[in-house]
Amino acid sequence: MTASRIWHISFNTFREAVRDRVLYNLVFFALLMVGSAPLFGQISVGLERIVLVNLGLAAISIFGVVIAIFIGIGLVSKEIERKTLYTVLSRPVRRWEFILGKYFGLAGTLAVNTFFMAVGFFAVLVFVTKSLAASDAQLLIAIYFIILQFLVITAITLLFSTFSSPLLSALFAFGLFLIGSFADDLRGLARMVEGPQHSLLMGLSYIVPNFGAMNVVSQVAHQQSVPATLILHNTLYAFLYAAAALSAATLIFENRNLK
Amino acid sequence: MNVIEISGLRKSYSVGFFKKTEKVALKGLSLEVREGEVFGYLGPNGAGKTTTLKLLMGLMFPTGGSAKILGLDIDHPRVRTSVGFLPEQPYFYDYLTASELLEYYAQLSGVPAKERSPRVKKMLGRVGLSDVANTQLRKFSKGMLQRAGIAQAIIHDPKIVFLDEPMSGLDPIGRREVRDLIEELHDEGKTIFFSTHILTDAETLCDRVAVLNKGELRGVGVVADLLSSRGATVEIVWRGTSAIASVETLGGKCHVAAEIVRAVLEKSNLDAAIDAVRRAKAELISVTPVQATLEDFFLERIAQPSETTVPAELSI
Amino acid sequence: MSIARKFKSPASRVAAVVLVLSLIAAAMSARRIDEMRPEARLEEVLYLQSPAVIKFMSLGYTGLAASIYWTRAVQYFGEKHYAKAKRFDLLPKLLDLTVDLDPHLIPAYSFGSIFLAQQPPEGAGMPDQAVEFIERGIRENPDYWRFYYNLGFIHFIERHDYKAAADAFERGSKVRGANPAMKTMAALMEQRAGNTQTARILWTNIYESTDEPIIRRNALTRLVALRVDEDVWNLDHLLEKYIDHTGSTPHSWQELISGGILRGVPADPSGDPYKLTTDGHAVVQNPQKFPFIQRGIPRGQSSPETITPESRKVVEGAQVTPR
Ligand SMILES: Nc1ncnc2c1ncn2[C@@H]1O[C@H](COP(=O)(O)OP(=O)(O)OP(=O)(O)O)[C@@H](O)[C@H]1O
Ligand SMILES: [Mg+2]
Repeated sequence: MTASRIWHISFNTFREAVRDRVLYNLVFFALLMVGSAPLFGQISVGLERIVLVNLGLAAISIFGVVIAIFIGIGLVSKEIERKTLYTVLSRPVRRWEFILGKYFGLAGTLAVNTFFMAVGFFAVLVFVTKSLAASDAQLLIAIYFIILQFLVITAITLLFSTFSSPLLSALFAFGLFLIGSFADDLRGLARMVEGPQHSLLMGLSYIVPNFGAMNVVSQVAHQQSVPATLILHNTLYAFLYAAAALSAATLIFENRNLK
Repeated sequence: MNVIEISGLRKSYSVGFFKKTEKVALKGLSLEVREGEVFGYLGPNGAGKTTTLKLLMGLMFPTGGSAKILGLDIDHPRVRTSVGFLPEQPYFYDYLTASELLEYYAQLSGVPAKERSPRVKKMLGRVGLSDVANTQLRKFSKGMLQRAGIAQAIIHDPKIVFLDEPMSGLDPIGRREVRDLIEELHDEGKTIFFSTHILTDAETLCDRVAVLNKGELRGVGVVADLLSSRGATVEIVWRGTSAIASVETLGGKCHVAAEIVRAVLEKSNLDAAIDAVRRAKAELISVTPVQATLEDFFLERIAQPSETTVPAELSI
Repeated sequence: MSIARKFKSPASRVAAVVLVLSLIAAAMSARRIDEMRPEARLEEVLYLQSPAVIKFMSLGYTGLAASIYWTRAVQYFGEKHYAKAKRFDLLPKLLDLTVDLDPHLIPAYSFGSIFLAQQPPEGAGMPDQAVEFIERGIRENPDYWRFYYNLGFIHFIERHDYKAAADAFERGSKVRGANPAMKTMAALMEQRAGNTQTARILWTNIYESTDEPIIRRNALTRLVALRVDEDVWNLDHLLEKYIDHTGSTPHSWQELISGGILRGVPADPSGDPYKLTTDGHAVVQNPQKFPFIQRGIPRGQSSPETITPESRKVVEGAQVTPR
């Protein structure tokens, strides 16, 4: 029962996303960026592949994050504001089921989206390099990591959406994405200072999502292999972080008065 | 048997951004609704009707007191399968078509897959939306949305239906249809709890009503009983251009308009008043008993000062 | 009641437990990941070698990007230093990128040049690159006289090029607002006189002008070494005089004390008394405590060319503050 309700809510979330014109605009731009990568490549001779991989994967990642944030910020707050929640929560739907349903719906949307963008990316890659090497499988790992990033950023945005306005949620989520992408540097900074600031920065660097570790774009662009343990640990980390964000969202939402 | 039992239900909102103040919306409400009745929940704007419904639906949490539906605490998960709810000014997922919307709600309410699509068809027919079954809700008029709202409230065949101002935004025909629908549901044995400030609707539909003002109950009972508690009055009309002093002393204030004078007074003073008109040699036109309406009762009750001091309205 | 309700619903309680557990586990997992890829991270930084590309990618926030590169450079240096590495291959590139992005990032030049100049493992052992780097800092920031000081310091300490050092201090002394001591330094360099004294002034200055722990510790160690050198020089001088006077070599400090030449048993900066050798010289008891010393090394032993655990204790004992 629970599972079926979560599924239906997810599906409806997915349906809402794919019926939204904004999504198509974003996907269109992302594909445009991937498609235009060969043009940049021609500027630097012999670097086509590197530029293409960097640019293409960056496009997939950035547009995915933008979509995640754009849709994520409204997931709960919009339903509260428009009161569509009233007719959902007056049914046998638990609040945590609603949270999970919304999450899986958006995560699914992003997965489908990423699939299409990845197909576009590989098409351009084959077109430019005229071949696919076995080492290109590493690109799939980079894309997998990008999806892990989406899982985390979606959970975070959903969390913000349970208690704050869409605009603030977007700012928070985007800020956290940036800080998280530089979590390594935050840690580096922490090592350079002493005293309370050190502990503060260190603590902060472990609380913010470690997006930096999930970005192996430059590595795969240079055809370096990604260790299997990193794949394992990043997966674990992304799931744990998403779980933490979702349970925080549940905690807030369970106790929220829908005025 | 009571299907809804509310006891001492309290709710206060905290308002203001920097300086939080408590706004008491419901002050210890106690109320019972019996199985199978149509119960009207009356009150002027801001009385606390919507607040009560949201508390009963588990959308908000009470500040105090408790409520039971079908013998279970309102936060018990099983309660939700047997209730249907139409929020006030409902707004739905506007990217869905009417039948998708109902399908979705049927899914969430646990209607078995096989039954869903015939049920959706039937409901659309019942609220008169069959023609627009495949139109997205963003293209719906206010009245059509209200109908879709009613349909979603009953799609899962609930035992109790809560309707927050179901007639608002509807034209006279629409109102009539909703009235008929409520009557049908009543005939099917469902309990209907609806809030309104349109008194004629309540008068025609309700077995019992409750009147709420400023978060306090001002009266509950069978409509006829409530009305008969007021003294009967009559209206007397005659031709003339000025008030007759002796009629006015009997308590009938004279209203003069276009050579017609009318006065309303207690039935017991009718004879004396007719005599007075005759003495003035005026032409008597009509004498009609004034129908006591819920409106009179309503206005009378909400005009009473409340025992407790009510904090000044706060604008948010 | 709404507060009492918090954590009351079973879902809230489960969520609270899951939240705490998954946060802890996530932080642990992040640590693991961090340990797995420090090198990858730095190499990754250098994939982008073109400042133009980095500038483009930082969307105009080059100052921010420079800070990030600077942080990475310091971290890279710190990690290598900690691991007692002999090679610091990435350091020059990281520093160059940093100042490419922000040519006015003062600490990058002053610390960076010191990191580069010193011998490993205190530094990267690239004094020539250090000179080049600080000269670049001077070109970009001609009004900042302290860079001349750094330049003179590197020439003097690491390259033993007194002519160039004198030149650097001379140039620096002409900058408006420059410390008048720059002139003195230039003069000292010209004379090549009082090497220990000059070195002490230089190191004291370095010590006082920074909060960077690695640099400070190194400067202190050098100052301790200089003090030992000076002590030993003085003691040897006294001993020479005593021998000249009495015609015999003393057997203990006591003889000098009773002779009124010394007031007490002389002690090194760690508090240990200096040893008197049979041929009438002062030496330290444990040269491991005093890296970089030139004098007072017991026969057959040597002074370490790097900070040792013993020397670290002496410095941390903080009996020596630069004087
Ligand atoms: N979200 C809220 N925040 C603060 N106060 C509120 C909120 N919602 C309602 N109130 C206050 O609570 C009181 C009751 O409001 P409620 O909406 O229950 O009235 P109502 O009877 O439904 O009125 P109406 O007929 O206008 O719908 C009002 O005074 C209102 O100002
Ligand atoms: Mg209302």
